[in-house]
Amino acid sequence: MPPGPESFLHFGTLDALAAGDSPVHRLDPRAKVLATGLFILTVASFGRYEVAALLPFALFPAALMALGGIPAAFIGRRALAALPFVLLLAAFNPLLDRAPMLTLGPLGVSGGWVSFASILLRFLLTVGSALVLVATTSLDGVCLGLEKLGLPRAFTQQVAFLHRYAFVLGAETVRIHRARTLRAFGRKVSPREFAALAGQLLLRAWDRAGRVHVAMLSRGFTGHLPARRPLRWKGSDLLFTACCAALFGALRLWSLPRFLGNLAAHAFTGGRP
Amino acid sequence: MSAIIEAVDLAYRYPDGTEALRGLTFSIQAGETVAIVGANGAGKSTLLHHLNGTVTPARGTLAIDGLPLTGAHLVEIRRRVGMVFQDPDDQLFMPTVAEDVGFGPRNLGLPPDEVEARVQGALALVEALALGPKPPYRLSAGEKRRVAIATALAMEPAILVMDEPTSGLDPRSRRQLCRLLKAFEFTKIIATHDLDLVLDLCPRTLVIHGGLIMADGPTLEIFRDEDLLATCHLEKPLSMQGCPVCGG
Repeated sequence: MPPGPESFLHFGTLDALAAGDSPVHRLDPRAKVLATGLFILTVASFGRYEVAALLPFALFPAALMALGGIPAAFIGRRALAALPFVLLLAAFNPLLDRAPMLTLGPLGVSGGWVSFASILLRFLLTVGSALVLVATTSLDGVCLGLEKLGLPRAFTQQVAFLHRYAFVLGAETVRIHRARTLRAFGRKVSPREFAALAGQLLLRAWDRAGRVHVAMLSRGFTGHLPARRPLRWKGSDLLFTACCAALFGALRLWSLPRFLGNLAAHAFTGGRP
Repeated sequence: MSAIIEAVDLAYRYPDGTEALRGLTFSIQAGETVAIVGANGAGKSTLLHHLNGTVTPARGTLAIDGLPLTGAHLVEIRRRVGMVFQDPDDQLFMPTVAEDVGFGPRNLGLPPDEVEARVQGALALVEALALGPKPPYRLSAGEKRRVAIATALAMEPAILVMDEPTSGLDPRSRRQLCRLLKAFEFTKIIATHDLDLVLDLCPRTLVIHGGLIMADGPTLEIFRDEDLLATCHLEKPLSMQGCPVCGG
């Protein structure tokens, strides 16, 4: 099979995963959107030097992946794809913030490196949980959930269409790239050529999007994507959201690793300071 | 009996000044299967786009099932006219085949059970029930074409309009499609270069050339008129030409 748009953006795999069935898939999209939103807010609310207290938060995406049958390797690979951006953001911390903060044996660790680790960890947690949300809910489901939670429809429809058109753009990119490769004989793309290709891509994708739109109009499309199934808020959704909120709140107030550490220290020293 | 499609002096000019249609008048009765043939750029696709109101005529009138083509009737007209476009990739954009076929019925506001029934019914009609859970980009060209037809059938249209339904199909897929189309009893409009398909399916043919109707009548009569075919840059269907091997 020729490389299709799915090998280009991997949205296809996310969609395929979201079509599955599990206790996590069956939860109301609103419950999952709320829980993930709370999760991201909580993770983001920690101080810049916090690392240990963030670790237990990995429990949330890990549990959803396990219950929802989402392969962790897939989520990991997708999350890593966004890593360069975060590295760029975090890279200056170790350079700017050189004040020593803690010592690991003979090694002094500066505040910059600690905040660097903190940013990286937060990034993995938030992007990972967002990917798990989409993989268990589908992007359309997430959009529907957001809309029902009060986000303006214009915004959610934009996201849903962006997702659809990403396929269109991806397919055109693959075609143009293939056509170029066939006659390029290994020559690199010059900036001038790149400009021409990018322009070509825009025009082609534009035309194609126009045709897709006409096809949608022909099938009674009136401006918004209808829901596949009406949403039903069940007791289990309430329970899930409440448990998540309680867990995040507790992990935010009391650091589990510090607690365990203190406990261990206490046992070790027999209560003597 | 009233006509299901009634066009009077239909004309259209593209924004760049190209005159695509220069005054077409014709009427089609319910249950007819009509071919629209013509060379590249003759105006076939432009005409098809008028039939469900994605293009508004510059001059003239068009009525579908008695409804004039105006903004107020657009939704109703699009429900009654099922469109199958030339490139199935333009038509299939949902994550799975079943969702794609259900897109139209959901837009009509049908309840989920009814949508499901329509999806299953339409996929069964094109012999593609097993394709339901597949993503559209994993289908072969023949499968895509049949699913694209199912997306139109799921709307339960009164008229099925198809642009080049057999292009890009291998002989076996083409034959399968012909057989399926023959079994549909509603009004069919087929724009195509595949004149053998026309001979097989359509008792009536409209020949378009340069934005004008050059002929409108029984298919066999039109295909026997060699002067007309030559003027309109068409050739007799292969099945009406002599055998190149035995000369018979």
